[in-house]
Order: sequence, then C-alpha cells, then structure tokens
Amino acid sequence: MSAIDLSVSIGPLTLRNPILLASGTVGYGNEISEFVDLNKIGGIVTKSLSLKPRKGNSPQRVVETPSGMLNAIGLANVGVEEFLKTKIPFLKKFDTKIICNIAASSVEEYVECTRLLTGEETISAFEINVSCPNVKEGGLEFGNDKRAVARITEQVKNVSTKPVFIKLSPNVSRISEFALAAKEAGADAVSAINTLVGTAFDIMTRKPKIKNITGGLSGPAIKPVALAKVLEIRRNVDIPIIGVGGIFSWQDAVEFMIAGASAFQLGTVNFVYPNISETMVNDLILYCEKMKIASLKNLTGSFIL
Amino acid sequence: MFLENATVNSVTQIGTNVFLLNLQSDKIAKHAKPGQFVNIKVSNSNFPLLRRPFSICNVEGDSFTIMFISVGGGTSALQNKQRGESVDVMGPLGNGFSLAGNFDKAVIVAGGIGAAPFPFLIRELDKTGKEIICFSGGRSKNDCITYEMKNVLAATDDGSFGFEGNVVQLLGSEINKLKNDRIKIFGCGPTPMLKSLQQFCISNSFEAEISTESSMACGFGICQGCPIESTTNKEKYLLVCKDGPVFNVNDVELP
Repeated sequence: MSAIDLSVSIGPLTLRNPILLASGTVGYGNEISEFVDLNKIGGIVTKSLSLKPRKGNSPQRVVETPSGMLNAIGLANVGVEEFLKTKIPFLKKFDTKIICNIAASSVEEYVECTRLLTGEETISAFEINVSCPNVKEGGLEFGNDKRAVARITEQVKNVSTKPVFIKLSPNVSRISEFALAAKEAGADAVSAINTLVGTAFDIMTRKPKIKNITGGLSGPAIKPVALAKVLEIRRNVDIPIIGVGGIFSWQDAVEFMIAGASAFQLGTVNFVYPNISETMVNDLILYCEKMKIASLKNLTGSFIL
Repeated sequence: MFLENATVNSVTQIGTNVFLLNLQSDKIAKHAKPGQFVNIKVSNSNFPLLRRPFSICNVEGDSFTIMFISVGGGTSALQNKQRGESVDVMGPLGNGFSLAGNFDKAVIVAGGIGAAPFPFLIRELDKTGKEIICFSGGRSKNDCITYEMKNVLAATDDGSFGFEGNVVQLLGSEINKLKNDRIKIFGCGPTPMLKSLQQFCISNSFEAEISTESSMACGFGICQGCPIESTTNKEKYLLVCKDGPVFNVNDVELP
C-alpha cells in the first residue's frame, strides 16, 4: 500500500480519490463497469435525470471536431422513477460515491426530482445541470441567469438531505459571478465547466453536421478554457470546485487541481479510453511520490502566479 | 467486449481504395460473431480523437480482419500501418447476424463497402449447409466489392460491371428465380440502399436482417450518440452500437 493519501473532500462529501466520471459519459454505470473497477475511483455522476423519461434529440447527435466533439443528445434519460427501480439496484453493488445529476425544464421539476431521489441511500450527492432551457421563461437557459441559478440552488437545497453541487455553464462572461450566486444560495460546491456551445457545417450540403444545429463542445479542445474558468472561480469565490472539461490524461487532471479543483471529472475520454480512470489512480500516486506530496488534497489551488 | 493492443499482421490492398487489415488479437477473434464490429483508435494522437467503428470482416484463428475504404483521416492512418505495429482495439461490439431462421438459401445483399461483414457470415452459413447467393452493387466496377463472396451477381450504377442499376433493382429482377426457395436476406450498405432493401423485403414479406451504420462516439452504449427509431416503441430510441448494428428488417425505421 502506498503511503500517499489520495482522499479529497468536496464540501461535506469525502471521496477515496478525486477521480469522478462525468455525467452523460458513463450512463448509469453498467457499461463502463466492464472496463473500470468502480470501487477504485472516487465516484460516478449519473446521466442527467428528469422527472419523466426523455427520448432525446433525433440523429445526428454527435460529430468529431478538431481535438473534440460536439454533442446534442437532448438529455435522453430513463426518468426518476425508472432510475430508482432499475438502475439503483446495480449501483448499490459498488463502494463508490454515486452523484445523481438532475436536469429539468422548470424550478418545480428540479425540486420534485430532488425530493423523490433524496431518500435513496445509494445517492451521495446531487449535481444540478442548469444548462437546460427554462420552458416557462421562453426557453432561456437557467445557466445564463444568475437569479435562476440562485433560485434553483436554494429550492433544491431546501428539500435535499445530501450535498448539492451546481454544474455551471461556461457560456457566460463571468463564471465566478454564477459560482457566487450558487454559493450564496447554499450550494456545497460547483462543477466547472459544462460544454461550450458550438456548431459545424457540411460544406457540400451546407447543412449543420448535427440535427440540433448547435451542440456542446467537449474534449481536449476545451481544456484551456475549463482551466481558466476553474482558476477564475478559485480566485474570486470561496467554494469547493469540481474541475471538468477536456481531461485526457493524469497530467491534465493535476493541472485542474493546481488551478483550484478539489476533485475532477473525466468525460469525453471515457468514450476513447474507457479504462483510464482506473489507471489514473496509480499515475497520481507516482506523481505525489515524485513531488513529495503526502496528501493529494494539498495540491488544490497550489498554483504559483 | 475487450480492450486489446492488437498487432498488425498485414495490410492488403484488394481494390482501388479498398484494404484489408489483419490484426492479431486472441480475445476479440475468439469471441467475435458475424455482423459485430470493433472500435479502433487509429492513432495515438488527438487526430482523430475518437475511435472509428469497423465491421469484423473475418476471423482466422487468433486474428481477425477488417475491410475499409481509405478516404483520408483515420482510414489513411490505418492503410499506412506496418506489420508488427500495435493498434488499440475495442470489441467485439454490438449484435451480429442471426444464423437461425426458417430458410435454406441465404441471400447476401451488399452495397459498396457494405460487403465488409459478409466473408465471416458466409463462412459461418457455409458450416450450417445453407445455400448462398450474393448480390453486390456499387457506383462503378471499382466500387463493387465481391471479396470472398460466392455465386455473385453484380450491379453497377453506370453499367460498367454486371447489371446496370442498383443492387436492390438487381435483386428485384432475380427474385422470381428465388421465390420457390425458403430465403433469408442479409443486407449491409449505405442507408439509402438499406431503405430500399427494407421496403423490398417488407412488401414481399421476406425474412431479413440489415446491418445499419451511424456516427458514434463510444461504440458501447454510454454516449447515446447513435440513436435509431424503433418501429415498436416510439418513446425510446434504439442504439445502433448496442442494440444493433444488425436489426431485424421490421424493427427499425431508417433515417
């Protein structure tokens, strides 16, 4: 056994190590568990859940772009009821943190989802996806509206018995203001960042390469943006940060921790190297040994400017 | 499904831009079924970033072969692989063709590189003693692939080889000769061709399976990037990678 302590805390939630698998890149855990021993990593964030099942967008949903990909899945998911009935029994088998991601089209729906899920002991925390259109307010994204972010945070916190993390949109001018709004409304941490809005055209047909016209850009292409957003939050708001965006190697992950992340999520990389989260555990130990870091949590926010 | 570092045994050119890549990979070769696919990381860099899906063309002992058209990007990287090089492969993935069914004669229908999964299927059908007839189509002679097919009838859009017209028209013109047999049709090719084959099979009540294609990111069901409309459940998409790529002709609505 290594003497290095990899455990980290995200507010009140303690993880075995800072490695989390990002929402929408691991479904509800069953497929990825064929490649990864989920008991070796910090935890997984489930695919966004809404109150009722969602079919999602029609194809084409994904396209590769330079060092990244665009997706417009449309939050296809099984819904809260089916999740509790058929997905939780599988997740129960693991000794890993299950963070449940919620996406909704009204404040009331966020609250109702949380209320139905919070009694389930297998769930360790909630991550709230605010990058969804607010149907009642003309489809404007909640994530672009500080007051909406604050309202969702406050009301979800009111019914939740678990820590609540707010997953912030990078498609704003000052992400730290949104982190502050979440903090003041009671959020336990923020996840930064969600995908960046992008598009791509087929030059022969002149049509967008994805049916939804725009999609969310992810992958190595967005890593520098994500890092800068994490740093901005770290320097302006005192709230734990979960870093996410384009991590493809343990070195990328270490950068996020240096910039201020307490933990990090692996997303698009799971599609390409589905076993990387497990191999990263040892890479982090070797890095700590080399750098004489006894406890990995000391790396968080250790940047020297 | 497995993740393996497979070793390149050979790259062979069999047509104008058509190549076979044979990879040493005991686990994937041992577990593969006709119609399944592998997802290959063709380079160690981010160019391209995602894996590329390829039908398993055939299995020979501890190795398997894929067939591909080199069209630049990922496929030209594969074309340039050297013997002994290591390639990161995930597979076997998805559901393959079913050899079961109430038929004596298997009718293979391939459009262009849609010929890729059939050498493996033909070999397995041969073992069960089924009769096999193959239809292969392409835009012109160079696009019409007949590799390891038997009893082949060819169709080309420009008439440069075989029947002038598309492969489903050719099948239609030959079907009277087959109608006294108990047949099962196996199709693979571009979506417009599959759509017309599907229509043909449904209107004639032929038992048939089609191998579909889609953009995908992961290949094993987690990205949800490859939805296909189900004919029975409109509330939920099927996934090409996990529920397919081979479907019963009655089960999916092609885009």
